[in-house]
Amino acid sequence: MKLLRQQIEAKTGAGSATLLPEEPEDMWHAYNLIQPTDQIRAKAIRRISKDMGAGAVTSQRIALDLTIAVTSTDFDLASNELHVAGRVVSENEHVKLGSHHTLDLELNRKFTLEKVDGWDSVAVGMLSEACNTSSRAEMWAVVMGEGIANICLITEHQTVLRNRVEVAVPRKGKGHMEQHNKGLEKFHNTLLGTLQRDMEGAKRDAQTEKTVPLLLASAGFYAQAFLQFIKEYAVRSGNKFLQALVPSIVIAHSAGEHVHNLAEVLASPACTAKLSDAKFTRETALMDTFMKHMRLEDGRAAYGPREIERAVESGAVGRGGGVLLISNTLFRSHNLAERKRWVALVDRVKEVEGGEVRVLSSLHESGKRLEALGSIAAILTYPLEEMDEEEEDVANGVRANDEEMII
Amino acid sequence: MPPKAGFSRAKTVGYDDDDIYDDYSEEEYVGEGEGEAMSEEDKEQMAAGVIKVREALGSEYSKVKEVDIQDALWNYYYDVGKSVTFLKNKYAPKAPAPAKPKAVSRFDQAAGAADAKTPTSTGKHMLICGTESTARAMSNLAIDGEGESIASLCETLRDGLAAMSRETPFTERTARSQASSCASDYTSARTKDFFWDVPWGNVPCSRLATITAQPATHKGGLLGGSSKLAALAAKRKQKQQEEAAAKADAAANGLAADKAVALLDRLNIRDKPASAPVRDDTKPRYPKKRSETPPPPEPAPVEEEPIPEPQGIRIEFPNLRAKQPSMFGAILCGSPQDEPRNQHVESALNSFPLPYANAKAFTDADPFSKPSPDDLVRQAQARSAGAPKSKTKTKGSTDGEKLAESVEKLVVETKVKSKNLNVVDEYRNCGLKKVANFVVIGHVDHGKSTLMGRLLYDLKVVDERSVDKLRQEAETIGKSSFALAWLMDQTPEERSRGVTVDIATVPFETEQTSFTILDAPGHRDFIPNMIAGVSQADFAVLVVDAQENSFQSGLKGQTKEHALIVRSMGIQRLIVAVNKMDTVSWSKERFDKVRQATTAFFETASFSLKNITFIPCAGLTGDNVTKRVADENAEWYSGPTFLEALEASEPKPRALERPLRLTINDVFRGSGQNPLSISGQIEAGTLQIGDVVLALPSRETATIKAIELPDGSPADWAVAGQIPTLHLVDIDVVHLRLGDLLCAPTAPVRLVKSFTCKMLAFEHVMPQFVDVFRGKQQATGLITALASILDKNTGEVTRRKPRIVRPGEVARVRIELEGSAGLPLEVGGRIVLRDGGRTVGAGLLESYT
Repeated sequence: MKLLRQQIEAKTGAGSATLLPEEPEDMWHAYNLIQPTDQIRAKAIRRISKDMGAGAVTSQRIALDLTIAVTSTDFDLASNELHVAGRVVSENEHVKLGSHHTLDLELNRKFTLEKVDGWDSVAVGMLSEACNTSSRAEMWAVVMGEGIANICLITEHQTVLRNRVEVAVPRKGKGHMEQHNKGLEKFHNTLLGTLQRDMEGAKRDAQTEKTVPLLLASAGFYAQAFLQFIKEYAVRSGNKFLQALVPSIVIAHSAGEHVHNLAEVLASPACTAKLSDAKFTRETALMDTFMKHMRLEDGRAAYGPREIERAVESGAVGRGGGVLLISNTLFRSHNLAERKRWVALVDRVKEVEGGEVRVLSSLHESGKRLEALGSIAAILTYPLEEMDEEEEDVANGVRANDEEMII
Repeated sequence: MPPKAGFSRAKTVGYDDDDIYDDYSEEEYVGEGEGEAMSEEDKEQMAAGVIKVREALGSEYSKVKEVDIQDALWNYYYDVGKSVTFLKNKYAPKAPAPAKPKAVSRFDQAAGAADAKTPTSTGKHMLICGTESTARAMSNLAIDGEGESIASLCETLRDGLAAMSRETPFTERTARSQASSCASDYTSARTKDFFWDVPWGNVPCSRLATITAQPATHKGGLLGGSSKLAALAAKRKQKQQEEAAAKADAAANGLAADKAVALLDRLNIRDKPASAPVRDDTKPRYPKKRSETPPPPEPAPVEEEPIPEPQGIRIEFPNLRAKQPSMFGAILCGSPQDEPRNQHVESALNSFPLPYANAKAFTDADPFSKPSPDDLVRQAQARSAGAPKSKTKTKGSTDGEKLAESVEKLVVETKVKSKNLNVVDEYRNCGLKKVANFVVIGHVDHGKSTLMGRLLYDLKVVDERSVDKLRQEAETIGKSSFALAWLMDQTPEERSRGVTVDIATVPFETEQTSFTILDAPGHRDFIPNMIAGVSQADFAVLVVDAQENSFQSGLKGQTKEHALIVRSMGIQRLIVAVNKMDTVSWSKERFDKVRQATTAFFETASFSLKNITFIPCAGLTGDNVTKRVADENAEWYSGPTFLEALEASEPKPRALERPLRLTINDVFRGSGQNPLSISGQIEAGTLQIGDVVLALPSRETATIKAIELPDGSPADWAVAGQIPTLHLVDIDVVHLRLGDLLCAPTAPVRLVKSFTCKMLAFEHVMPQFVDVFRGKQQATGLITALASILDKNTGEVTRRKPRIVRPGEVARVRIELEGSAGLPLEVGGRIVLRDGGRTVGAGLLESYT
């Protein structure tokens, strides 16, 4: 995203920013930036009906600049389209004040965003992150098993499932070996075809000559087998695209064929080496640390809105290792009070406590893990007392032998 | 209540003599009334009904005749309310009908004019051709300037025929008018009812299309009102009419059609004038030109059209011959003509009661209490066809068996013919060997596949030659020790890498039992496959390596994880094969050490130790697998061989009587004739050729064309516990995936999207994403809430809303599945929860939403 003009007062946060989205991912940033009650000005195409008198009405589509007060946003993940609905706040000769309009934000078309309540720290942070064009790492990933594969595009802020391939592969067994091999070959063919279409399509859209690296991840050696297949196919068919791709293919181990199995893949060295940006590697690492503390039950990890607020109040998320992990879903809340609550919490941790704040993308695996925990978690600087109700400690490990267990 | 229809016919024949007339009527009455004469109950009801009606009518209507009340009651089948309404309509003062409080519309004005005119007109009879034509004419002819007559038609519709009969100038009718106006009143009431909501203009076309003529019900005055005079008059009238009809015929042939009438005719043609008889008590208001129109093909309407006689005597009597019997008479006499009429009345009033429904005999009779004759025949046929089957039937069949039987009989008609066997009985009587499936589990490289290969080799399930061939192949790639394992590991991938990837299903038989080996992969990456194997097994064989290093890594690795999965999937019986004893030279200490360490682990995992047997063996050499150890170091061991331990294991009890559940383990192309085959274990219930099964989650049905047992022999049926191959038809391969469930369409499993389960944690569990496994089937789920920690043995809640569940704890958790399909789960079903390549817990489903 290109920042064309910025008029934000540092103190009050009042002002506006003019932005130019340049690549599909920018739409995701815009989606996170644009809140209800914001005012957004962009070029719009609107059908205008004119009464010609005597009951005759002509209507024509005209392009005009409209400023609307946002009431809701709708983001289509698959196509990276952002629709912003709202009411017109600046009247012109064609459109009445207060009439409804839905702006379709498009790539390479600028828009101006003004926050009525001012830009808060999170919004400013998001803005600068969105406009940081230096790290544009992206990577294709195929998480696969036998007869099943998920094709994903991993970017800095998103992991988007682009396609899913499923082919029935008969299992081994008496006299069925032929079928098993045939099925496997069919699966490989289908997967490669789909992958190639996806990658070439994306390349055409991006209009770059750069070859995006490909990550093959699987349990066992399904990925190796597929890589073997790609290599053979590239040589056999003489496909230029595949031949260029082969050197940039990385093999990684994943536990399964699901998209969320990518989490461990992204943390693996094979992956971090390829993806220059360390943002999600760092996030994944932080999540792992958090999990470790949880497992150890040393009291240095907490999750859930209420617990975290308590922890921040008692100063446990501060200097010396305190990390607040918060998912950006909380800032997308349509309830403004809710958003303010979290912005205040973030500000407090950052400014007052001096702790680290990480806003995790809900479209990434680490962010998803965080969402499961209530979208907010923290690594604490010192152990807080146990927050559950006290348990009566019964050592029933040995006693269990005679009795039937309930499960 | 004499049957009027019969009467009228009798009269027109010309029986003038009263005596004969009476005799005849009596005869006919008796003859026709045989089936329908008033029964005692009827009379009672009638008497009671008359009293009630009298009460309801009150003093205002005291002049109502008893006969009429009875008539009404009979017509309405003792429905007092309806009878009262009818009678009130009939005897109501006539004045209110024409006096419309409505604002005077153009139509009304026209209608009023027409009304006023009618009496002063030359007394021409107007022909009402049927209400449908008038309705249509209303809209069509009004444009043609025929407003007057049209308006009068509208009036006819609204006011009913009664109003018109009042306006009639033919006062001569009075002798009979009482009776006939009763009839017309009755019909007018109904007509009103029917048209009450029809708008004046723009009559909806639906209403136009469905209306048929309302034939006149004539009373004929035969309810005692008849006299010789009346009979005479009727005769004369008839004569006149016949003459007139003849004249009209002649006139019709000669005259050109009038424009307006032609228009009307066009409308009438569709309406089949034959079914629109003329009402003699209404005066047709069309000019007489009507009769000049070329007559429609049917001669009947022409005959019925009364020709106006300007000067003639105007005694009007019902045209008895042309008349259809009254509804009442029709019911009594069962005249065939009344069929459509009854239907019409029903459609007009929408509530024609079923005759005799109130009669006691009717309510008492239960025609469906006994099988119908058809059923009897069918039963007999079925009995003769199923004769051999019924012989095998055991006497003490339980309710459950009956249920199972009935479920089996529920076979939808398909191309594949079902033999309709009672599979449970067949199974009990065929004296099959007991069926046992066992899963072989353990850490990778502990020798599971080799041990199984040895077992098959020693039992001569595989011949020497193929093993020799494998040996040669194995030697060429320098892995000679893998030769036996290759009996199980058949894919090139498995062989070149030396690990099992997928479950190998191999059947073999001993003298008492037919076993199926489910050789599970030991590698941690393939635990999903292993879970699929465990879900089919009755008991498990845990293979552990006797060597120290390997044993220890196993105990940390898949020896532990597999055992926990097996345990939490509900398998109690476990044979621990301490393998590779040859490498530790059959040392007793080593065996005991392994035994102790493993037992300690089992205790913590809540296995009941009495169900666990430890067997030392050596898969590679075959010692103590099927035969005793030859090694002298092993003299200390006197227990059973591995095979003996297998045979001593009892399979799980089979739920034969429950509805069918089968988990698909493989989908493949059986042969040219069987393009779609599946295999998998029947978890519960039975199946046979011709059965229709429902595949979940695709919700598609298939028919079983043929069944093959694991050893390749064809069968007519299969029962729970067996792992048959089913050749299916009527389903596409895309609807069947590995791990899908086949179940009886009559008792399907629900696809569950969110549920609560008791979970035994193997790892720390927080609210997190997990893979939920139901056998091979899996779905991504989110643990949304940790409800409580439970006591392992009592199930009591020890802690509420924990933040984390520690390994070994039992917790109640809520899981929501992502995606649209959901998993086919039942209460009591077992699931395995995995995350990031580790098994985090196992669950027992408690409830779902």
